[in-house]
Amino acid sequence: MSFISLLWVLLLGSLLGLELIGKVPPTLHTPLMSGANAISGITMLAALTLIVKAEGNLPLLMIGSVSLGFALFNVVGGFFVTDRMLAMFSRKPSNKK
Amino acid sequence: MNLPVIIKFVIDLLAVLLLALGIKGLSKVKSARDANRLAAFAMSLSVVGLLSYYLGTSGIAIQAWIWIIIGSIIGSLFGAILAKKVPMTSMPETVALFNGCGGMSSLLVALGVAIFPISGGQENFDFFKSLINEVSISVSIFVGAITFTGSIVAMAKLQGWLSTPGWTQSKARHFVNIVFAVASLIAFVDLINGNTGSIWLLVFVSSLLGIGVTLPIGGADMPVVISLLNSYSGIAAAAAGFVVDSQLLIVAGAMVGAAGLILTQVMCKGMNRSLVSVLFGGSLSSQSTASSGSGEYTNITSCSVEECALTLEAANKVIIVPGYGLAVAQAQHTLREVTKKLEQNGIEVVYAIHPVAGRMPGHMNVLLAEADVPYEQLKEMDVVNPDFPATDVVLVLGANDVVNPQAKNDSSSPLYGMPVLDVQEARTVFVIKRGMSAGYSGIKNDLFDLPNTSMVFGDAKKVLNDLIGELKDLGVGEK
Repeated sequence: MSFISLLWVLLLGSLLGLELIGKVPPTLHTPLMSGANAISGITMLAALTLIVKAEGNLPLLMIGSVSLGFALFNVVGGFFVTDRMLAMFSRKPSNKK
Repeated sequence: MNLPVIIKFVIDLLAVLLLALGIKGLSKVKSARDANRLAAFAMSLSVVGLLSYYLGTSGIAIQAWIWIIIGSIIGSLFGAILAKKVPMTSMPETVALFNGCGGMSSLLVALGVAIFPISGGQENFDFFKSLINEVSISVSIFVGAITFTGSIVAMAKLQGWLSTPGWTQSKARHFVNIVFAVASLIAFVDLINGNTGSIWLLVFVSSLLGIGVTLPIGGADMPVVISLLNSYSGIAAAAAGFVVDSQLLIVAGAMVGAAGLILTQVMCKGMNRSLVSVLFGGSLSSQSTASSGSGEYTNITSCSVEECALTLEAANKVIIVPGYGLAVAQAQHTLREVTKKLEQNGIEVVYAIHPVAGRMPGHMNVLLAEADVPYEQLKEMDVVNPDFPATDVVLVLGANDVVNPQAKNDSSSPLYGMPVLDVQEARTVFVIKRGMSAGYSGIKNDLFDLPNTSMVFGDAKKVLNDLIGELKDLGVGEK
């Protein structure tokens, strides 16, 4: 992938992000932030790449593994916590009696 | 193009599409939960895509698998446990912590590539390629470090482990931060000139910059900062995408970065703050130096829980204004018991939710939903404001600045222009509060001085428990 086409990818990705959310009800600010935050843990892919390409270089494997751990902590925790918050909104009032 | 490349291309495309739909769906109440799961699915899909690509091309060594599994299990396990265990009241600091770790991950990837150039990165050595590598590594480290230390500081401040040191409110902090920023720039230029050792300087000063920028910011503005840091971690991910040559990473990172920025803007608007004043203004109280802010209270009426209960019993319509204090006292369940009693007595109960009630926008909705408050009873500010004149009793629970009439009446007040709840229009207002301390803004609340306002002093949870007892004695809700 040439650098220029990667820049295009960056540009289009940013534009897409700007367009995705227009009006957000205040109720959803916290869950949306938390969900987007989980997605930013996508760096786990970079960590995976690092490990696969480390070719037996032990320090690099370890750095990659720690990085992967941090990223997955973000991803898994982020999605679970968002789901927990959103579950409360969808619960029906008469549900719990 | 061979098969693994095509498969990865298709999977990546699908993942991007689903992630975009996920973010979009998260901004609507109805679709939010499914959208969150969709995004989670897209993330797992992207991992499958990447692993299958490597399996189909270079293969993955056993040793690599071992480290992948170790990292994944530990990270996921801790993430899942924390997400399940953490109380709803400490949601903001939890998001900050997760966010910081995402930044740390990008930082480590860049650091790893910088110290041990991976194959394919440096081998086809031409100047342009290596320059791009160095720039993207530097950006990834710079943004990643700021995200990490900034988020950790934000978390510590929200947890109350860290207070705002006095010197950070003086002008000196700008000087200190400029020094850090310039030092980062020097390290960056040095790095591009081929001096790899300066990478540590970059890590060090950008970490300090993250601390220096976040530390002076007051608690009320923390949500905005966390949202901004969340946007940063997207940028860090995109930069890491340049480092390892992954379009998917760049798109997803850029999307989160941009969407996070919009969300930050939306939040700022809700709090009537500009992003610039949040970032560089210090905490609100330091701005309002003794002008209108620090007046003395002259006409405080305090009353007992019993009087409060008597007034409540006679009411037809009650509006509850929950705030930060309620969240801290974790009194949302006790509050629900009180309102249940009132409802059983035929009293109409509504909750007025200010856009920034609680510790984060939308946080109060989450807390009340946790306590089984019917969603229909939660009214947003614009909806509920016209109702106040027809309301008998307003219960203000641990809210302060959001019910300050100064924001409407006093153009010299720092709060002026902030959207507030017009509680003073109601016949009687009870403010349940621990003491006369000021709110986040550090500004005197004119509401407390009004003749129709009575203060009930005490911890929100304890007062509400007493209130339940008093209501019981009055026979309210005994059917």
